[in-house]
Amino acid sequence: MGNTAAVVAPSPGGARRFLKRLQDGDEIAHMLTLIFAASVLLIAVLLVYELWIHSSESRQRFGFNFFFTQTWDPNSGQFGALPYIYGTIVTSVLALLISVPLGVGAAIFLAELAPARVSNMLTFLVELLAAVPSVIYGLLAIFSLVPLLRTYIEPGLKATLGFLPMFQGPIYGIGFLAAGLILAIMTFPFIISISREALLEVPREQREAALALGATKWESTWQVVVPYAKLGIMGSIFLALARALGETMAVTMVIGNDPRIKASLFAPGYTIAAVIANEFSEAVNGLHQSALIELGLVLFLLTMILNAGARLLIIATTKKGSSRE
Amino acid sequence: MKTRRTFLFGSVIAGFLALGASAYAMVQINAAGATFPAAIYQKWFEKFKTAHPDDQINYQAIGSGGGVRQLTEGTVDFGASDFPLTDEQIAKITKYHVLHFPTVMGGVVPTYNVEGVSTDLKFTGQLLADIFSAKISKWNDAEIAKVNPGVKLPSTDIVVVHRSEGSGTTFVFTDFLSTVSPDWKNKIGKGPTVSWPSGLGAKGNEGVAGQVKQTPGAIGYVELFYAIQNKMPFGAVQNQAGKFLKASLESVTEAAAGAAKSMPADFRVSIVNAPGANAYPLSTFTWLLIPDSIPDAGKKKAIVEFLHWMLTTGQNDAAPLSYAPLPKSVIAKEEAQIAKIH
Amino acid sequence: MNRTARRKLISNIMMALTGVCTFLTVSTLFLILGYLLWNGGTSVDWNFFTKLPKSPGETGGGMANAIVGSAQIIGLAALIGVPIGFIGGVYLAEFGGKTMSFLVRYTADLLNGVPSIVIGIFAWTVVVVPMKSFSALAGALSLAVMLIPIGLRSTEQFMLSVPLPLREGALALGASKWKTIATVVVPAAIRGILTGMILGVARIAGETAPLLFTALNNQYWSAGFNQPVATLPVMIYYRAISPYEDWHRQAWAAGLVLLAMVLVANIAARLILSRGAGAQRG
Repeated sequence: MGNTAAVVAPSPGGARRFLKRLQDGDEIAHMLTLIFAASVLLIAVLLVYELWIHSSESRQRFGFNFFFTQTWDPNSGQFGALPYIYGTIVTSVLALLISVPLGVGAAIFLAELAPARVSNMLTFLVELLAAVPSVIYGLLAIFSLVPLLRTYIEPGLKATLGFLPMFQGPIYGIGFLAAGLILAIMTFPFIISISREALLEVPREQREAALALGATKWESTWQVVVPYAKLGIMGSIFLALARALGETMAVTMVIGNDPRIKASLFAPGYTIAAVIANEFSEAVNGLHQSALIELGLVLFLLTMILNAGARLLIIATTKKGSSRE
Repeated sequence: MKTRRTFLFGSVIAGFLALGASAYAMVQINAAGATFPAAIYQKWFEKFKTAHPDDQINYQAIGSGGGVRQLTEGTVDFGASDFPLTDEQIAKITKYHVLHFPTVMGGVVPTYNVEGVSTDLKFTGQLLADIFSAKISKWNDAEIAKVNPGVKLPSTDIVVVHRSEGSGTTFVFTDFLSTVSPDWKNKIGKGPTVSWPSGLGAKGNEGVAGQVKQTPGAIGYVELFYAIQNKMPFGAVQNQAGKFLKASLESVTEAAAGAAKSMPADFRVSIVNAPGANAYPLSTFTWLLIPDSIPDAGKKKAIVEFLHWMLTTGQNDAAPLSYAPLPKSVIAKEEAQIAKIH
Repeated sequence: MNRTARRKLISNIMMALTGVCTFLTVSTLFLILGYLLWNGGTSVDWNFFTKLPKSPGETGGGMANAIVGSAQIIGLAALIGVPIGFIGGVYLAEFGGKTMSFLVRYTADLLNGVPSIVIGIFAWTVVVVPMKSFSALAGALSLAVMLIPIGLRSTEQFMLSVPLPLREGALALGASKWKTIATVVVPAAIRGILTGMILGVARIAGETAPLLFTALNNQYWSAGFNQPVATLPVMIYYRAISPYEDWHRQAWAAGLVLLAMVLVANIAARLILSRGAGAQRG
């Protein structure tokens, strides 16, 4: 340290101290790491900018009508997002209708009933499901789920529940139901893992108090523990929804790629992510591409809101859990 | 330990760079476009590479629409399409003038998957229009039975399968339907993509073939090669002369005969619903879209060589793959057009 | 039946149902693995690993170029994404000011939740269009954009979990802040950081959507990072939707290989983490 001071020429105190700090390396380290961290901000800003700029032609041409028009015809230059919004919502809601009851049920079992080691092991396995790539889910769905749906499940549903409009119409195997089912499987891990965490956060005293008052295990779980963990469970649902909305490959492989709004779950449909994947590389003109990018922007905003909401809910749960300790 | 880690790390990096650098000696050409002729194009580019190891043409079959688009954007060196570019589309490419080079002729066939039906079904143009516009929804409909007397048709629902992306095959098919059905022309029209009233969307000729193969009751339109390759039944279509014909080397070649005689200088011509007793109505040329100005000398040499090769040796590969080779008069004219590439 | 007995019965039934739910969800994993193993195991052959793809309908092709291509793209993405995520995470854990940290964290979480197809659009506009070419670079950049937030947050998390006494000890001995970080904190957190990175890389390894219009695809070996390249996920997609039995077979084989890589990485990462945590506590 002594010789560095000799290298620096004598200067007024402030500059000397600054140079000393510089030589300690901390300032540099601070700046360097700051730059790298800031790159995340740069990427995000650039992303939104690019989406906004490249969708301007479509936004100006159609305005808000974009969201309420059904026609999507590149030939005549008519682009309406309604069929894709419909398809995205239907498949995601269907997925949640299946995965939330099953997932929360499994989370309850893992948090309340299963012994710790079994619970950890099973949770680990379920979380592995989250690592399976989307295209592999699609591959499995095409060759195993779709034939199953076409041969047994959909005819069965039609025979028993055919009076409902959602189980009417021709059976393809491919369609909303297939997409919804595969999305349900893809969202299991999120619901189970996070709900289980939320349930485990609930303090023991809550359960013990309920049981002491004479509640059965189920009553204690359902009427005390679950409501306590409600925010975290809701957070997991938001996250699962955000994931389902943005799923591309598995959906486009089994949904039928038909931009039509149909009541029947047996019918083919289309989602925002799927149409972008199919049509982006050959959007015939600037307007077509712009409309697709506007769809991308919509998807971005939707998932952003849901993810933000999810994190708030999950943070609120952990805060609640720790504050009551 | 630390030195071993750095060594491992360093060698991995070196490996990547070597992989990247070694390829720079080669001429790499990227092309994209139609799936209609993909079977023969892939074979051609493979054979060409064996004969010219330093020239690698990477062809991605993303659909005619994609080929035109990527060519316009400049992200590929040349494109491929089953429909000729319109004047508007040509004008959009300002860097150079696009040259159309027909490569082969092919036929679009209606392929289906109907239980118990192994004979070839017959389709009039109007019938196809009604099926694909969902006016007819069951296989045992009276209209289908009328044209196919004696065939036992099941009561299954018809599942229409069409293309999900911009396709030259779609263009040819809808061009035909627009010609034979005024209703279709008004309501749906023709184009690389149209607003289909119903049906499943599949990617590429392979996707449509795959979907039809897997879905009972399905009907789709694919290039002849895909139906034959997959041993799928396909129907006969009624031509302008009233005859029901299946696509074949002869019927497709016959369809191009008239156009071959009066081929325009820029090779942009449609042979859909061509006159002639034995002409297959859903025939088409398919084109390579080549820039007339290629700045990279290595790429230009390779592309010019390929075109010569394609027009001579390459044509021999057509028939075995169910494509019709070009008429001799057309080949001669194309050889002359190659000189335009500078 | 009196009320208590009925309530007890309901309780038993409902809890049993939750067991059923667990069984159903866990068994899907085994069904998936089993099915993939069955179909993929019978399809993987020597050709798959050594041959290039063949024209439609011909048998005997393989995915050698896609395997190498995937390795190239993932490698490049990791090369770009891991350092940025790591150093950014160091900032958040050690140097972060209040507003800056909040902004960076929020943005990282935001990016994390963006659907991969939208990231693909982004990469197309900023790399493919200016470069006038599809390229492995564009594909790698789109994957890197997905990797950075994951790496950032996990680095931050594990750096923050290093106990205060460790840092204070180093500082008390006269080390500067950055030296403390480099020689004490990072090594202590390295297991967790590594885990996070491995999980992140495993996550991007399976992504298909962003590659569709960035890296495109290639019939041959990739000719450089500025050229299109074949990758396993994209090949699986195109093969799966085709009509050829041989191509379906290849899709299964590729699916098995890809899933095996991803699962091995995940399991390895978690093992590292659990052993590391155990060692620290011990």
